[in-house]
Amino acid sequence: MTKVHVTTTVNGDPVEFLADPRETLLDSLRNSLGLTGSKEGCGTGDCGACSVTMNGTLVCSCLVLGVEAEGAQIETIEGMGGDTQLHPLQRKFVEHAALQCGFCTPGILVAAKKLLEENANPTETEIRYWLAGNLCRCTGYDKIIRAVQDAAAEMRGEAA
Amino acid sequence: MRYHTPSTFEDAARLAASASGLTRFLAGGTDVLVQLRAGMVQPDDLIDLKKISGVDAIERTEDGGWHIGVAVPGIRLGGHADLCADWPGVVEGMELVGSTQIQGRATLVGNLCNGSPAADSVPGLVAAGATVTITGPNGTRTVPVEDIPVSPGKTSLAAGEVVSAITLPPRGSNGGDAYLRFIPRTEMDIAVVGCAVNLRLDGDTITEARVALGAVAPTVVLVPEAADAIIGTTLDDAAIAALVAAAEAACNPITDKRGTVEFRTEVAGVLAKRAARIAYSRAKGENA
Amino acid sequence: MAKDEFNVHNLVGTRPDRPDGLDKVTGRARYGADISAPGMLWAAVVRSPHAHARILSIDTSKAEALEGVKAVVTRADFPTGLTGEDWNLQENTMAGDVALYDGHAVAAVAATSQLLANDAARLIEVEYEVLPHVIDVDDAIKPDAPAIRPGSADASVPEGMAPNVVRYMEFGHGDLEDGFAKADLVCEKSYKTEAAHQGYIEPHACMGQLGEDGKGEMWVCTQGQWFIRRMCSAVLGMETSQLRVTPSEIGGGFGGKTTIFMEPLSLALSRKAGGKPVKLVMSRAEVLRATGPTASASMDVKIGMTRDGTMTAARAEFRMQGGAFPGAPVDMALYCAFAPYKLPAVAHIGYDVLANRPKCAAYRAPGSPMGAFAVESLVDEMCRELGLDPIDVRLKNGVKSGDKSSYGPKFGSIGLTEVLEATKAHPNLAAPLGPNQGRGAAAGYWFNHGGETSVSMAISEDGTAQVSVGTPDIGGSRASIALMTAETLGIPYENVRVNVVETGALGVNEPTHGSRATFASGKAAVVAAEQAIGEMCRRAANEWGIDPEAVEWVDGAAQPAGPNAGKFPPMSIAEIAGKMGSTGGPISGHHEGNLDGVGASFGTHVVDVEVDPETGRTTILRYLVVQDAGRAIHPSYVEGQYQGGAAQGIGWALNEEYVYDDQGRLANPVFLDYRVPVASDLPMIDTVIVEVPNPGHPFGVRGVGETGITPPLPAIANAIQHATGARLRHLPMTPAKVLAALKG
Repeated sequence: MTKVHVTTTVNGDPVEFLADPRETLLDSLRNSLGLTGSKEGCGTGDCGACSVTMNGTLVCSCLVLGVEAEGAQIETIEGMGGDTQLHPLQRKFVEHAALQCGFCTPGILVAAKKLLEENANPTETEIRYWLAGNLCRCTGYDKIIRAVQDAAAEMRGEAA
Repeated sequence: MRYHTPSTFEDAARLAASASGLTRFLAGGTDVLVQLRAGMVQPDDLIDLKKISGVDAIERTEDGGWHIGVAVPGIRLGGHADLCADWPGVVEGMELVGSTQIQGRATLVGNLCNGSPAADSVPGLVAAGATVTITGPNGTRTVPVEDIPVSPGKTSLAAGEVVSAITLPPRGSNGGDAYLRFIPRTEMDIAVVGCAVNLRLDGDTITEARVALGAVAPTVVLVPEAADAIIGTTLDDAAIAALVAAAEAACNPITDKRGTVEFRTEVAGVLAKRAARIAYSRAKGENA
Repeated sequence: MAKDEFNVHNLVGTRPDRPDGLDKVTGRARYGADISAPGMLWAAVVRSPHAHARILSIDTSKAEALEGVKAVVTRADFPTGLTGEDWNLQENTMAGDVALYDGHAVAAVAATSQLLANDAARLIEVEYEVLPHVIDVDDAIKPDAPAIRPGSADASVPEGMAPNVVRYMEFGHGDLEDGFAKADLVCEKSYKTEAAHQGYIEPHACMGQLGEDGKGEMWVCTQGQWFIRRMCSAVLGMETSQLRVTPSEIGGGFGGKTTIFMEPLSLALSRKAGGKPVKLVMSRAEVLRATGPTASASMDVKIGMTRDGTMTAARAEFRMQGGAFPGAPVDMALYCAFAPYKLPAVAHIGYDVLANRPKCAAYRAPGSPMGAFAVESLVDEMCRELGLDPIDVRLKNGVKSGDKSSYGPKFGSIGLTEVLEATKAHPNLAAPLGPNQGRGAAAGYWFNHGGETSVSMAISEDGTAQVSVGTPDIGGSRASIALMTAETLGIPYENVRVNVVETGALGVNEPTHGSRATFASGKAAVVAAEQAIGEMCRRAANEWGIDPEAVEWVDGAAQPAGPNAGKFPPMSIAEIAGKMGSTGGPISGHHEGNLDGVGASFGTHVVDVEVDPETGRTTILRYLVVQDAGRAIHPSYVEGQYQGGAAQGIGWALNEEYVYDDQGRLANPVFLDYRVPVASDLPMIDTVIVEVPNPGHPFGVRGVGETGITPPLPAIANAIQHATGARLRHLPMTPAKVLAALKG
């Protein structure tokens, strides 16, 4: 099995790895680059725990091949907050107890961040449908939705 | 498995034609990767079409129709205001495929070539009268979308043939289309039944119509009898009743984990009625 | 121990950030699959494609010949002679002569990469002789059903019962016939529920290492590291203390991670591969096919009621299958079924039945939701028939503190009445309903649990504190334990670090199950903190030269207890800790035991639904959970448990089920078709935390995790009937079933 050399950018850093063509981007991130914040919950694109952005588009990294990352810009949960400051969504998730086990949390944060970039003031329904591909089995989603709403309000400069 | 990134469809077709083992084309990958990872398919050659020039383009054709590249993901269709204004039913069908994340990858052509009778984007394409261009070892040919799937998971494409473009006809005036599907949840399910209706009005009277049903037969089916039931009418109650009866009569579904014969048949009629009403009001220029 | 009488809680009842919050929003937290080790191998498992088949041969030679493959194991690599539940665990880990369900492991392989291990697994050739199978519980209990494991019935099963009945029970009290005779209305109906999976988003994952010296290590996502240690060592014939198990962060469990599935395979492979660590991560399909769903149930319930709503007698006969092994929670289902009601006469009959399905595991209040579906549905049907308000009927018959329970023991302090009153007062009950909309209510119950618990805490040199607990933090228990410890010590919440520790660090702890982590580890942490306070008071007394009895602990400092004790300024915890090295050494506390004083929890849910009359699809419009928490230590995480339990119950009620094809193969082993609720399926879930303190806990805690999954099943059925007139008695209430019911 011949591996392919892949050069890509992850969270702003240039990186290289060797990928078996059958290997997913999720596997490459987790096993070749040590970025284990993206999770595998299903491997079929149904749970969203592996959500990352590729060239600015929200995708399931379990449904992207590692070799497809050649030349791309990848953003993962590890790049979300910056080195010293959390993203408002990260803070609001902790404040609102929007996580219980925390396994779906990285994927939901990455997805929610993308939502707020496209829509600074989403309705509850818009948030729920945007996040429909991110399964959470612990919370019943209530506190997740509230945390996203509160983070959005803060980012708009409004008091929640 | 070998991974190829040809730069033309001719090269892609040549690669596929000369491959000795199992070949798969890769666009969005949302079906191929699932099959690969589950071990259902072990391709020897995977041919990624995304490096081919123009595959990510949405362009108006000279006659006022639309040319959509094979690697355009669903999220780009929904973001294209003019396309949405012309063919809202086609776009809403594609947008129902999977999650926001899946929309970032999944394509119309992938959804079509996966060969599923439940593919959400296909009834809308069939109702719209869309065509696909096929590039093969012996050149290109153009066929109606409904000729591609032949049975669950199987297409009419010959070895070495690859779909190289999809074309929507000009919308024209006083037309409207709509797609509805039934799923148990609000998102993330495969259609139990899907129905697309495309029609044109003269005043209040329907002059042209195409009705397509998904997940009620081995392939998505065009139902001329359902169209005939509403052509020449103002979609009055009698026309709706005839439409429902024709849609139900066209069903030849199976009972499986997603639905029963009885349920699929009954809901096909319900969706045909509801989709026709939406298409009708869109043709009238009303918001729906 | 009665902190409550002072009722001055600075910290308990507040909502600080959880201690592990930052790790979990940055991707740093390490779960089961997130660890690697030098020289690590990757494993894959070969599983039976048949529901029931004799294994004629297993040829591993092609796999072993593949370059990079380091070990292959089959059942032949496991010790023989195990009995009882140990044998069940071993048999479920890897099939012996017969594969008992679709997905049953038959071989495993370790190789230098995951892709290679997968390739090797495909090269293992297994020859099967397919045997007749049985899936549905009502089929499995028939006398002529395929006998799955002849001879496995226990002593409770009378002679002559069907071959797949492995446990039988009957219990009750009072004169049933007399009770039914006094009723104005006697109804008897049958109900069914299908198997549901816990559906945690993190698949099972572990990394095991076992050398020729018999010493082993395991990193694993689990609710209970000591259970993993005991079960793995039993299955592999190891000395228990030689296996050290470290729990990872856990991506959900809900009961399903209180036992073993594939963990022994990683150790067996490691042993065969010269002691190299072996990582084994399940796919989602493996999780659904081969780890514990809950049982499916078929139930008959009969209730007598007078015209004014008084319940005079009740009878339940439940049949449950929990897979190809004994252990369906039919006993728990029966105990909980009538628990909300004070009944003069009641009878319970239960059958635990084998079927060709995976071995069931605990799932949130095991058994209780099924029983509640049957009983709470029938109570509602009878209220409707008699024109009575369902909440009032529950108030009229509801159990109170000190009452004899339906299943025998007397209740201690309970808060069902308070819960029902709070439900009646909630504005959701006055919300107007439109066409095709309906409202349903139901009650639910869970015992809660104390259990084997061992906790240590120690004061650090700077006056902060560390607590070592054995209960993995599955939903915020570090926060609640830190709050209670800090409150007891009189120090800031941030000054306490709660660590979930490995098996080498404490005595045996039961898992985080039975809603026990905040109750039991919290109670033990408070006792341990009180021990440390006692020692700190002694240190201060020594320094002051006064009697230790004359020192009291106030606001994180020792001070003389009144003017007669002497006149000394308070000595802070930091001051005492700073010099502990010279005043007698480390200051710590430790508490362990089988913790008692558990307080049971009742809840009521009220749901509003709308049903599409043309498609049968049910939409949840409004949802209310009211439940007795005893005391909410961190109210946000209490609400989270209520909301999460409700969401799981909603999924079970409407769409979740194990679907088998006619070959007995699981037809929906993916999240695409095993339909857990997604964000757009649910509304906000309103909660009311009722607090009737549990006198058996220093802060009044009852468990809160489990009761909440119980009422949604019947509450939604009741709401659908209110909306449509159709009564659904078989879960899940899919659109197809609802549409069929609407047509009569």
